[in-house]
Amino acid sequence: MHLPRLHRVVSLLKRWLMGTHQGAVSHQRVFAFIRGYNRLMRALCVILVLAALLTGCSSGSRTVKAASVRPNKDRKLAPDFALQDATGHTVKLSDYRGKVVLLDFWATWCGPCKIEIPWFQEFERQNKDKGFAVIGVAMDDEGWDVVKPFAQQRGINYRLVMGDDSVAQRFGGVDALPTTFLIDREGRIASVHIGLTGRRDFEDGIQELLQTGAGNASARSSAPAVLVGAR
Amino acid sequence: MTGKRGAELSAKIAVSLGEGYHVNSNTPHEAYLIPLKLTWTPAPLEVASVIFPKPHDEKYQFSPDQPLSVFTGNFEIVTKFKVPADTTSGPAIIAGKLRYQACNNNMCFPPKTVDVKLPVEIQ
Repeated sequence: MHLPRLHRVVSLLKRWLMGTHQGAVSHQRVFAFIRGYNRLMRALCVILVLAALLTGCSSGSRTVKAASVRPNKDRKLAPDFALQDATGHTVKLSDYRGKVVLLDFWATWCGPCKIEIPWFQEFERQNKDKGFAVIGVAMDDEGWDVVKPFAQQRGINYRLVMGDDSVAQRFGGVDALPTTFLIDREGRIASVHIGLTGRRDFEDGIQELLQTGAGNASARSSAPAVLVGAR
Repeated sequence: MTGKRGAELSAKIAVSLGEGYHVNSNTPHEAYLIPLKLTWTPAPLEVASVIFPKPHDEKYQFSPDQPLSVFTGNFEIVTKFKVPADTTSGPAIIAGKLRYQACNNNMCFPPKTVDVKLPVEIQ
C-alpha cells in the first residue's frame, strides 16, 4: 500500500465531503470519518513498526542455509560397515541409528584433513549430548602404528576406526581425502563434502539434521566409544 | 638402452603432473609425509645412484605457515646403472617402482605405486 497516494485520496475525499455538503454538511459524519481514518493510519503505523523490528531482529541472527543438506527424498541409506577401533572393538555404522553422524575419511599424511580435525573435535564436544557423533575412518596403509600416536598427540576426542578399500568402495569409491559424509538419524546420507570444506558448511548441516526428528530420535545405545587420544 | 659389460649407463624417467597438483619431494620436511621414491630390482644391472631434481617449497591453503617440499609440472628422475662384468649379454628388462603421493590445494590422494620397465640390450 502506497501511503502518500492513499493520504491524497483521503484528503480529496475530505475536501469533497466538505464542498458538496456545504450548507447541508453532516459534521458528525465527516468527523467520524476523519476519526476512523486517523485510527486506521495509527494501526498501519504500528504494523509497519512491528514489521521493521522483526526484520531487524532476524537479519543479525544466524540462519541455516536450506541447501546445507539434501532434501529427504534425495537421501539414500548409507552403506553399513563393521570396522575395528583402536582397541579392536567392532564398530558398526548401524549402531548409530537415531544419531546424526559425521563420517570422515582421512589419513595422517593428508594436510587438508588436519585442518578439519579440530573442527570435528569441537563439533563432538558441542553436540554429543544432542544425539551427534563423529566417526573418523583412517585410511593409512600403516594402520594403528601411525594413527594411534597421531590421535594421542592431537587429543582426538571422537571414535576412530581403521578403513580399507572395501569400505571406500561401498561409499562410492572414496579416493580423495578428506571426504566427509553427514548422515541423518535414519542412517541416510544427507550431504557429501569432498576436499577441504568450510567449517560453516558442516555446522549448518549438522544443526539442520539435529533439528530434525530430535523428539523422535530413538538413539540405540551404542558401545561406549574407546577413544585413543581423549584428554 | 644399450650397455656394455663393465660400463655405466643412465636412464631418465620423465614425470608429468597435471596443473594444480603436486607430489611430495623425495625429501619432505615432515616425517608423516610420503616421499617420492624410485626403486629398482637389483638385476641384471646394479643401481649406482638415483638423482632427483631440486625440489621447491610451496605453501598451500591447508599448510599456510609451513611450506611443503614438492615437485610440480614436468621433471625427470635420473638413475645411473652399472653393468656387471659377468652379466649375460642379450636383451633384458630392468624393473622398477615409482611411489608417489599427490595433492592439490584442498585434497589429497592415496599413495600410488607405478611399475617402470626399461628394456636394455647388454653387450
